[in-house]
Amino acid sequence: MIRALHRWPGLLALALVTLLAVSGAALSVFPAAERLAAPQADEDMSVADLATRIQSAYPGVEQIKRSPSGRITAYWFDGGAPGSAVIDPATGTGVASADPNPFERWLTNLHRSLFLDDSGRLLMAAGAVAMLVLAVSGFLLVARRVGGWRRWLAPLRGPLAARVHVELARGAVLGLLLSSATALWMTASTFGFLPDQGAPPELPSAVSGRAGALLASMPLLTATPVSALRELSFPYPEDATDVFTLKTDDGVGCIDQGTGATLGWSGLSGWERVSETVYMLHTGQGASLLGLLLGLTALAVPAMGATGLFIWLAGRARRPRIRGNAAPGRAETIILVGSEGGSSWGFAATLHAALTRAGQRVHAAPMSGFDPARFSGARRYLVLAATYGDGGAPASAKGFLDRLARLSAVPDAPLAVLGFGDRSFPAFCAYARSVAAAAESKGWRLLLPFETVDRQSPQEFARWGRALGEALGTALELDHQPVRPETSALTLVSRRDYGHDVQAPTAILRFALPRLSVWQRLTGQGFARFEAGDLLGIVPEGSPILRFYSLASGRRDGFVEIVVRRHVGGICSSALTTLEPGGTVAAFIRRNPGFHAARDRTPLILIGAGTGIGPLAGFIRANGSRRPIHLFFGMRHPDSDFLYREELQGWAAGGRLRHLSTAVSRGARPHYVQDALVADQLEVVRAIRKGARVMVCGGRQMAAGVAEAMTRMLEPLGLSPEVLKAEGRYVEDVY
Amino acid sequence: MMRAILAALALTTALTLPGIAMAQPVTLTTTLKNYGGNGAYLAIYVIDPKGAYAGSLWMAGTKSKYYEHLSDWYRATGGNTAEINGITGASVGAGRRLAITLDLADALFDAGYTLHVDAAAEDMRDSPNEVAVPLTAKGAGQPVQGRRYIANFSYGM
Repeated sequence: MIRALHRWPGLLALALVTLLAVSGAALSVFPAAERLAAPQADEDMSVADLATRIQSAYPGVEQIKRSPSGRITAYWFDGGAPGSAVIDPATGTGVASADPNPFERWLTNLHRSLFLDDSGRLLMAAGAVAMLVLAVSGFLLVARRVGGWRRWLAPLRGPLAARVHVELARGAVLGLLLSSATALWMTASTFGFLPDQGAPPELPSAVSGRAGALLASMPLLTATPVSALRELSFPYPEDATDVFTLKTDDGVGCIDQGTGATLGWSGLSGWERVSETVYMLHTGQGASLLGLLLGLTALAVPAMGATGLFIWLAGRARRPRIRGNAAPGRAETIILVGSEGGSSWGFAATLHAALTRAGQRVHAAPMSGFDPARFSGARRYLVLAATYGDGGAPASAKGFLDRLARLSAVPDAPLAVLGFGDRSFPAFCAYARSVAAAAESKGWRLLLPFETVDRQSPQEFARWGRALGEALGTALELDHQPVRPETSALTLVSRRDYGHDVQAPTAILRFALPRLSVWQRLTGQGFARFEAGDLLGIVPEGSPILRFYSLASGRRDGFVEIVVRRHVGGICSSALTTLEPGGTVAAFIRRNPGFHAARDRTPLILIGAGTGIGPLAGFIRANGSRRPIHLFFGMRHPDSDFLYREELQGWAAGGRLRHLSTAVSRGARPHYVQDALVADQLEVVRAIRKGARVMVCGGRQMAAGVAEAMTRMLEPLGLSPEVLKAEGRYVEDVY
Repeated sequence: MMRAILAALALTTALTLPGIAMAQPVTLTTTLKNYGGNGAYLAIYVIDPKGAYAGSLWMAGTKSKYYEHLSDWYRATGGNTAEINGITGASVGAGRRLAITLDLADALFDAGYTLHVDAAAEDMRDSPNEVAVPLTAKGAGQPVQGRRYIANFSYGM
């Protein structure tokens, strides 16, 4: 909701808001320049002194004005010709032309009305409304993103464009709020919507009818300092009934030109004072430093507009395009997608197209947007869900189960759930299964029994499609051509081989970073943004199934590194482990935010065996802040598969690694990594009690052994790996 | 900009002396100098032989918050916008011409009445009494210069 409130005003009013901001920033310079250029009056100088000096220099003086910058301008008539000048208060004589600066006038008219008078003023006011909505919604979005406004200045992560956008916003939002709110106040005042108009001066009922009192004898003028002066108007020379009119910061008064007595005074109303303050805050006239500051914050607007546009376009590009997606309220079939990497969206698109061809109105949406009230015309729900990790919700399904649990009544329209996963994992389709179970226990009628698709099998998907067609009474052929992710060619730079003697041939492969387009850099797509713990997807030649390897390096390291063990008969691992420097593979990045070493000072306990050391080594390499890290590493034999041995020594010497405990599984007394953990039990438990985070990477068996050992170690503390997992303090990357 | 407005004004009724119903169309033509500023506000009004405000003929400029800068008119009317109800138009740009036609009672001519124009432009001097010309049959068609903003002003019958 807030996001939409931010996105649409931003896109629709982009040009207008940018124009307002740039012209406003340019205008902000003038009050400061005027303040510097204008000769200032002494602190204790009175209006009477100033007026006397000016009158002796220009006997025909009619009006003296003082702008908020302190610039004093006098207007006079001399021999029938009008004259005017900026006055040096020290001498009372002119020092510069008083004509308005034509460029400033041009800019002002552009800024407030686009040279279109009142319709232009309204258009620019609409721009100010857009700016205000953007500032408020942006404030809420940033607060939500960093975890509350108390953490307003928390460090940011994410693609460059998004970071720049938020960094600028954090600095500029207050200024933009002020500028846009005051702009709207001024527009309302200009159009007379506010009761801030000055009361007409009280008409002096009795004037003396004489003339010729000395300025220095007028109490009001001698009592008013120049710093409070706005305007002093002189009476007409030939009109004895006319009066002096003095405007100050406090109000307006009249003075008899014969006696010098004050004839009347009316103060400013509260509304007038507010409007004047608003004017000062918006224009910087009378507050030139604030004006410059606001001008500076306004300069952030074009940059935020550009980065905002990038973010929007990049977001659109990431989500697969569903052609002819029906409006949510009108669709009879609702497809809900729970996807982590985007492949389930591909299946959803195929299903959407087939159902649309069969004459249905179909709406596809992420599962996280599930809201039966929006789908008023729904006659069936189809859920396509992948699984994240050990049964967790994939990215686009976050919050679905909570939303389902909160429903007072499930929809009448029946439901079919299709899970996507990989049978080689024990938690195969676990999330989709839990969705189906939750729906069933709430009494949601099923259209089809729960089904699964293994490793993106087009055959299984087509079979499910035929079953769905039967249920709907229509023939449905789902011909799914998986969309290949966009890959880059990675060139192998170096390889280091290990484990040959222990029947576990393993290689650390280092690839050069591929060339990045400007677009990728700005939006953080592809290889522009990755860190240790993310996944490198490899498209092997001659096989449709993608393979994923944990990354042992981040973008900042300047190379792409993975650790690969050769499996007997494994197409991909064989190809990789026989690759020679100079050879290339087609690869892409898949983010894996659940297995990142957060960038804070929390101590880490890293546990891995074999190739599982890859991402852990990456975390240690990136530990520039020298947070305490304890690595537990299990290998077969130190002479054969001690991966990263030299680096680990260097990192320990440099402070990036606090402790290293190893376990060796070959030999008379096999020792596994969980045994090393138990050996350092006291240390480990103390660290966890102090808040340390545990990260486990490696084979399934090892992870199970580690979890078992941890369960025993943590029991006396009333803790368990499950409790820590729920707090995000125990994460696994298991294969 | 040529602005020809034929106004059957409530105001002219106010300026019609009792018993003498004769009135004729009068065209007021105001040409501004190129004074290098935003559009000028102009108040055109009539002062009676005793020097008192008699009524307004035209207000160029629609935002009442700026009327105080037409200071003579503002003081005479108390800024009352009812005085210019229906006889208000846009402000007049530098170098432009404003022409208005209205019915003015014959009795106002050669009877000591004067036509006044107050002028003001944003961020520039206020010019009350920019023009003050006696209403006479002989003076019709005789252009006069204003003090600051008006290049020439004339009324013609």
